[in-house]
Amino acid sequence: MLAVRDLVVRFGGVAALDGVSFEVRPGTITSVIGPNGAGKTTAFNAITGYLPPTRGEVTYDGAPLTGLRPSAIARRGIVRTFQRTSVFPALSVADNVRTGLHLRGTAGFLEVLLGRRRLRDEEVRLAREADELVELVGLGHRRREIASELPYGEQRLVELAVALGARPRLLLLDEPGAGMTASEKGVVSGLIRRIRDAGATVLLVEHDMRMVMGISDTVIVLNGGRVIAGGAPAAIQAHPDVIRAYLGSTGG
Amino acid sequence: MTRAGRHVAALLALTLPFWLASPYFLHVVIMAGIFAVLALSLNLLLGYTGQLSLGHAAFFGIGAYTSALLTLRLEWSFWAALPGAAAAAGLAGWFIGRLALKLRGAYFVLVTISFAGVISLVSINWMDLTNGPLGLPGVPAPELGPWSLRTKGAYYYLVLAAVGLSYLACRRLVRSRIGRAFVALRENESLAESVGVDVTHYLVLAAVVSAALAGMAGSLYAHYTRFVSPEVFLFTYTVTMVIMVVAGGKGTLAGPLVGAVLFTVLPEALRAATSWQWQMLAYGVLLVLLVFFLPRGIVPALSALRRRS
Amino acid sequence: MAELLQHLVNGLVLGGTYALLGIGLTLIFGLMNVVNFAHGEFYTLGAYAAFAALGLAGLNFFLALLGAIAAGALLGALCEVSLLRPLRRESIDTTMLVMIGVWIAMQNGELLVWGGVAQSIPHPFPTAPLVLGPVSVAPLRLFVLLVAAALIAASYLLIQRTKLGRAMRATFQDAETAALMGVRIERIHTATFAFGAALAAAAGALLGSIFLVYPSMGDLASLKAFSVVILGGLGNVPGATLGGLLLGVVEELGAGYVSSGYRDAVGFVIIIVVLVLRPAGLFARSERIG
Repeated sequence: MLAVRDLVVRFGGVAALDGVSFEVRPGTITSVIGPNGAGKTTAFNAITGYLPPTRGEVTYDGAPLTGLRPSAIARRGIVRTFQRTSVFPALSVADNVRTGLHLRGTAGFLEVLLGRRRLRDEEVRLAREADELVELVGLGHRRREIASELPYGEQRLVELAVALGARPRLLLLDEPGAGMTASEKGVVSGLIRRIRDAGATVLLVEHDMRMVMGISDTVIVLNGGRVIAGGAPAAIQAHPDVIRAYLGSTGG
Repeated sequence: MTRAGRHVAALLALTLPFWLASPYFLHVVIMAGIFAVLALSLNLLLGYTGQLSLGHAAFFGIGAYTSALLTLRLEWSFWAALPGAAAAAGLAGWFIGRLALKLRGAYFVLVTISFAGVISLVSINWMDLTNGPLGLPGVPAPELGPWSLRTKGAYYYLVLAAVGLSYLACRRLVRSRIGRAFVALRENESLAESVGVDVTHYLVLAAVVSAALAGMAGSLYAHYTRFVSPEVFLFTYTVTMVIMVVAGGKGTLAGPLVGAVLFTVLPEALRAATSWQWQMLAYGVLLVLLVFFLPRGIVPALSALRRRS
Repeated sequence: MAELLQHLVNGLVLGGTYALLGIGLTLIFGLMNVVNFAHGEFYTLGAYAAFAALGLAGLNFFLALLGAIAAGALLGALCEVSLLRPLRRESIDTTMLVMIGVWIAMQNGELLVWGGVAQSIPHPFPTAPLVLGPVSVAPLRLFVLLVAAALIAASYLLIQRTKLGRAMRATFQDAETAALMGVRIERIHTATFAFGAALAAAAGALLGSIFLVYPSMGDLASLKAFSVVILGGLGNVPGATLGGLLLGVVEELGAGYVSSGYRDAVGFVIIIVVLVLRPAGLFARSERIG
């Protein structure tokens, strides 16, 4: 379970996050919504170690995450995706995912140099796992293509497959539906549900309300760097503070 | 290369001193081999992790001096001095890796150049250790039991073994999970971190291995020319390495080898017609042309051609 | 004390020229985002241009200096238009490789044309040093300091007071808006690079007349220019000025009191120390070669 307590992130004089606290229950899909500039991506960055918080702490199953670098947090089973498309551009789809399987491999430097036999078996296994993930996101027919040459929607699927390669117990998705067509969003929503059903927890930031309300178990609303509401989707939709926040903001 | 082609090449390589007996040609081949190791080492950093080190001659020079000093002053055997040189250079690589941890791109380049500059000045000024500009003459040739590897033919086999081992090591590294981590560093660092690749660890590892290989090349050079002076730190060595990797094809395994052979053999062939200044001038122009017309290098361009036909 | 003052004066003379190198590079590296490893070659070019103007064309010293500046500006403009402009959309590391190529080509070109033997630039000043209180200064060095100061002042005026300077500042703050306001972005890039190269050439002609002129003199100049830029902050012209003066003074003091063999190490050490000690996050992780 992820617990965020009194998280504060300050840039100069501005508080992007001003005392944010919430919990994410295991095995759920939780969405974080809020007007532009509410601090959603900043929260992701702080939780996953890309940004040091000014104050506050983040724990996962009781153990603190604050202060760890992103790769260490990934090793605890927490993986995030990025707001702007993030793939390994010059690599093929299959190689992208195989790189994402880094934590599933164990080859160490000396073993590699000596060319131990068991590494060959490990490579075969990893290649197979990569192919499975590529198939899972529906890009089997594209596995040899270079990631940067794929259309936008498919690149985001590659991104998802790479993140899944790290076998996350908690997956943080930063705007997984951004820039996607309605049918693409449907595919992504379906994948998110499958990921939850397989036992992982998902925390996502998203602007598309239909998508959010359709798949979330819990919705957390951020505004001005603070949590202003949290609960079941239906309750949030009717919440007066939430409605005011969205109507009042010039962005949204 | 086809299977049969590879067998023929191996056979030719193994019997070379018998059909190419001229000391001059053997010298060219030996130098090509030493540069091949250098090019492979630079390629690890430049081609795979994507960081350019313009101070690579420093690792080469540290290896050369360490090997020379270990054999001359401490009377170590060459076979102990070689790993010692690689270790010393590797240590310098570790130092650079940790120093430049948060630096990327141009800033990393600047730190490597500065480091090489400082080391070069040390080799010139620290007379007690390095004998300054006079250099260290009389570096002993390696001995294998009763034989002294003094002749070019014998040294050729030593260098051939070194190239083979370096290539094998690089190949294994590059085709492993470690190699994928290196490439991830180059392609998208934040993404790499997010899936558990410890970027610091792999950058330092690449720097250490790269430097150690260059140091080994330095040792081979020292015991071949049997003289080491601050000239090993000349920027010309770095430039030549860079051209070999960039022209051959960075990020490929064959690229540095092709580059090394091309840019050792070609200048020698043209030596009758031109001086080394013309050669270096041509390298400069070539680098510019490569960036415009053949940015990925020769080997990838040839593969692309082959795929199209 | 007199010795200290002497070193300070010598340091300022050097520092003035380092400031010229730094101002030029801070504009090119800091604003245009071009890693100009050939910066030292424009410095060398300036020195050889002055040498040629004096020795071959028989011009007087002052015209030779102007000729050096003109040569730098011209070749800089040529470089920018033919090599950098087509690559403007490429990554910073691509232009870096190109400038490395230019560096190698220019240096060896000079080696072929002039040979490796160091030359000296004849100057019209008396060699007897002027004695000003506790320090003595060769008239040539005083002249160099004055010219450097004048050029630094001229740079300020150009950037702050002229139309070109305003256009430059606008371009590098917000190119899109500047373009909408009618600024010819391409021309500003060429002018900026040419300006930086001209300053480097001036520094080369000035220092070349004090010391010697040889093809590899630019290598150290490049490094020192980067050192000054890193000290003063990218794109920061006053910073580069102060940084240049500081480098010159520290070098002289180091050479005088510590060791002259390691004097060039000062620039290297500055680069390493400053880059390493800067807090994480100030340097874009997106910068990459490859």
